[in-house]
Amino acid sequence: MPSRLFFDNLGAILTYAVVGTLWNAFTTGAALWGLQQAGLVAPRVQAGLLDFLLFGSLISAVDPVAVLAVFEEVHVNETLFIIVFGESLLNDAVTVVLYKVCNSFVEMGSANVQATDYLKGVASLFVVSLGGAAVGLVFAFLLALTTRFTKRVRIIEPLLVFLLAYAAYLTAEMASLSAILAVTMCGLGCKKYVEANISHKSRTAVKYTMKTLASCAETIIFMLLGISAVDSSKWAWDSGLVLGTLFFILFFRALGVVLQTWVLNQFRLVPLDKIDQVVMSYGGLRGAVAFALVILLDRTKIPAKDYFVATTIVVVFFTVIVQGLTIKPLVKWLKVKRSEHHKPTLNQELHEHTFDHILAAVEDVVGHHGYHYWRDRWEQFDKKYLSQLLMRRSAYRIRDQIWDVYYRLNIRDAISFVDQGGHVLSSTGLTLPSMPSRNSVAETSVTNLLRESGSGACLDLQVIDTVRSGRDREDAVMHHLLCGGLYKPRYRVGLLQELFKNVFSGSRGQIKLEGYKASCSRHFISEDAQERQDKEVFQQNMKRRLESFKPTKHNICLTKSKPRPRKAGRKKKDGMANTEATNGKPPRDLGFQDTAAVILTVESEEEEDSDSSETEKEDDEGIIFVARATSEVLQEGKVSGSLEVCPSPRIIPPSPTCAEKELPWKSGQGDLAVYVSSETTKIVPVDMQTGWNQSISSLESLASPPCTQAPPMTRLPPRSLVTEESQAPLNLPSDLRPSFAFPTSLAKAGRSHSESSADIPQQQELQPLMGHEDHTHLSPGTANSHWCIQFNRGGRL
Amino acid sequence: MGSCSSHAARIPDVDSIQRETGFSQASLLRLYHRFRALDRNKKGYLSRVDLQEIGALAVNPLGDRIIDSFFPDGSLQLDFPGFVRVLAHFRPVDVEDHGNRDPQEPEPLNSRMNKLRFAFQLYDLDRDGKISRHEMLQVLRLMVGVQVTEEQLESIADRTVQEADEDGDGAVSFLEFTKSLEKMNIEQKMSIRILK
Repeated sequence: MPSRLFFDNLGAILTYAVVGTLWNAFTTGAALWGLQQAGLVAPRVQAGLLDFLLFGSLISAVDPVAVLAVFEEVHVNETLFIIVFGESLLNDAVTVVLYKVCNSFVEMGSANVQATDYLKGVASLFVVSLGGAAVGLVFAFLLALTTRFTKRVRIIEPLLVFLLAYAAYLTAEMASLSAILAVTMCGLGCKKYVEANISHKSRTAVKYTMKTLASCAETIIFMLLGISAVDSSKWAWDSGLVLGTLFFILFFRALGVVLQTWVLNQFRLVPLDKIDQVVMSYGGLRGAVAFALVILLDRTKIPAKDYFVATTIVVVFFTVIVQGLTIKPLVKWLKVKRSEHHKPTLNQELHEHTFDHILAAVEDVVGHHGYHYWRDRWEQFDKKYLSQLLMRRSAYRIRDQIWDVYYRLNIRDAISFVDQGGHVLSSTGLTLPSMPSRNSVAETSVTNLLRESGSGACLDLQVIDTVRSGRDREDAVMHHLLCGGLYKPRYRVGLLQELFKNVFSGSRGQIKLEGYKASCSRHFISEDAQERQDKEVFQQNMKRRLESFKPTKHNICLTKSKPRPRKAGRKKKDGMANTEATNGKPPRDLGFQDTAAVILTVESEEEEDSDSSETEKEDDEGIIFVARATSEVLQEGKVSGSLEVCPSPRIIPPSPTCAEKELPWKSGQGDLAVYVSSETTKIVPVDMQTGWNQSISSLESLASPPCTQAPPMTRLPPRSLVTEESQAPLNLPSDLRPSFAFPTSLAKAGRSHSESSADIPQQQELQPLMGHEDHTHLSPGTANSHWCIQFNRGGRL
Repeated sequence: MGSCSSHAARIPDVDSIQRETGFSQASLLRLYHRFRALDRNKKGYLSRVDLQEIGALAVNPLGDRIIDSFFPDGSLQLDFPGFVRVLAHFRPVDVEDHGNRDPQEPEPLNSRMNKLRFAFQLYDLDRDGKISRHEMLQVLRLMVGVQVTEEQLESIADRTVQEADEDGDGAVSFLEFTKSLEKMNIEQKMSIRILK
């Protein structure tokens, strides 16, 4: 339910709910009594005025279930919907009070009713409604507070939501307060905080379980209704009563709506026009609440109960079936303003906020404490106290509506891109400025990261999960191949190499091979023909790349330096400078182990959400650009000249590229286009540069909403890589997924040690080792030692 | 009524103001009293300081810009007609006006276009008729919480401009601005009921 709309129209909703229901009840009851006096109702219906008033009160309540069901089909504009729906929700209090009051009056006997009783009745209306709302708010507070601490026990989150909401209902029932109001207020009050606190899986679970339960409950109620209709012992028919009731409820509802709207329009900014009024009066469907209440009547006190039951059944059937079925054609015929399903745009969100602020300011200037003033005050109070108390620290930090919309838009773009069969290496025409298909590869990692980190970003991951593109199939094939290869103690690299060459063409295959080799290096027991082959392969790769790629002027920056400067909020115009400045190691040294390492480092910092977001970012970098990195690094000219830093040519430098990725397109868009097109086999059209850049940068920022408070990290990625590798030798199969996924898998491995403060000492201890390894692992000549070293390290750890 | 009109008569040029802005007598009176209350030194006009002293405006992210909008063209004094003219933008739209409005007359100050123009001017500080990316970024900086980093803000600004920009000039013109907001109920979002 859109809470903003609800509160914006609260005045109208309350008017209809309270005044409208009272009006309906009294007029219907009185009219039926008049009908009886006029003799149209058979005298066997023994009912007095109070009985009719009681009947009027229970038949006049608009039912939220029926309204929701029908209006969801019809798609009228939001204002109309929220008014009718809100009315149906809030009139429960009035109905309950009226019912109870009339019931007790009937029991007392109409002669004994005194004036004070009427007053007590009115007072009880306030007590019931406000009490119910208060109970709901208390439970909302409790729910928000408890979900704040459920980070480690995610599985109980849906349970908490259900139980506490139900507890609110039961408590209100116990105290004879309005239970529907309690549940409504509980939901309205806790929505914002609970949504931020609980994980995506829990959110999905809650949403769909509730829908299922609601469906079940509705079905059962209407089944009961139907069975009661058939079971003639439960009711007695009286035509006058039935027809009279039908006519009166329609007539008086229409009349009530017209009158109230006329009054309301004096005060509303946007008046409700005639067509809206028609829809409102026609949409007043009665439902299960009326039936339940009538069944509960005591036959001894109210002898006419059976007639009432029959009437109620007919009324409910009529409104739901006839009115419900015909409202859609009516809406179309009357050309009611329909709700426009527009996608949320960043512009609208931003401008809406702007207008809110403007209006609040103007209200201040005028000196009028109007709606916006109070709303503004409430928002400030909420931001300062409530959100801090009730929202998880991590969620609180990244809480910003504009950011949320932006984030969602990016995700949506990414999803739709992949849905279009987006494939990093195959799609030649991007129609959206969206993120590359790293999404499909990353889905396992990014989404998992998001889930694990419990970020406040609202991401409907189930959508991502179902995205299957060609990429995934390839990944699956690759995975199977690798898995098959892995379990052989001494597999034949040559065979796999051939396989890879055949299955995957181009640098991608090589990269995968490299990644694969890197990952399964720990299985190598001896340097033998395998390493010789590796050497050859590497040399071939290098040569090929040198020939094929044009040099670009991208800076290679250390990925590891990336998070730190980010957190410092520095503008990284020159990645190179950053790298050099922040990382003593020469950039070249980063192999793609480093990339993975970077990812892992960040991964392991998951205790802070910012870190996990960094991880995502890293993931993105690594995943997207791993392949590219290789060639990029090669053509950077490092091959030609600056190899002094690292003895080996940049054969496998995905990580530098990864880091580089984020900076280059910040520095220059032109580079990016060339970069991309030369890099992967995917060609990004020049006109997509802007969008591409934005997507990339958004990707990065996507991954790291809350950066400012993250403590500076000082660990170097390579160490963590080692740690990761050593700590997760069994993760090899996943590691061996295509190199695009390599960082991902490593990231996943990294994820497995979320509280990885323990990693830090390990990593630092391994630093010298890594450094040593860095210098060697990239050279084809020293590939043997490279693998050896890795393996050794693994063994040691 | 007698008392009302005599009070209203104290307001200089009340008739022309009323014609220009469309406020009712009661509203004009209330605004006049407010004007006088804000004018602490009884200067007869308002200066920026007077408006800045409104406490709630200080915590409003757009407070300064709104104050500036009251002082168009760099003037330092705000007289009552100017005060009312700006506030007239926030008058609720009169549905009945549209039927019998004389097309020759200029649009009333509280028409949809004028409301949007007012909002547009809040963004477009250099008055070049376009909201550049830089200006969008400035507004975002004001409005978005501190926890969003600079780079993220830039991405958001980029995307916002890109969403609205149709002719690809990297800035949002007034027409593009209105187009991006065509689905929004401006009449409701930019109106204050009390100013009827």
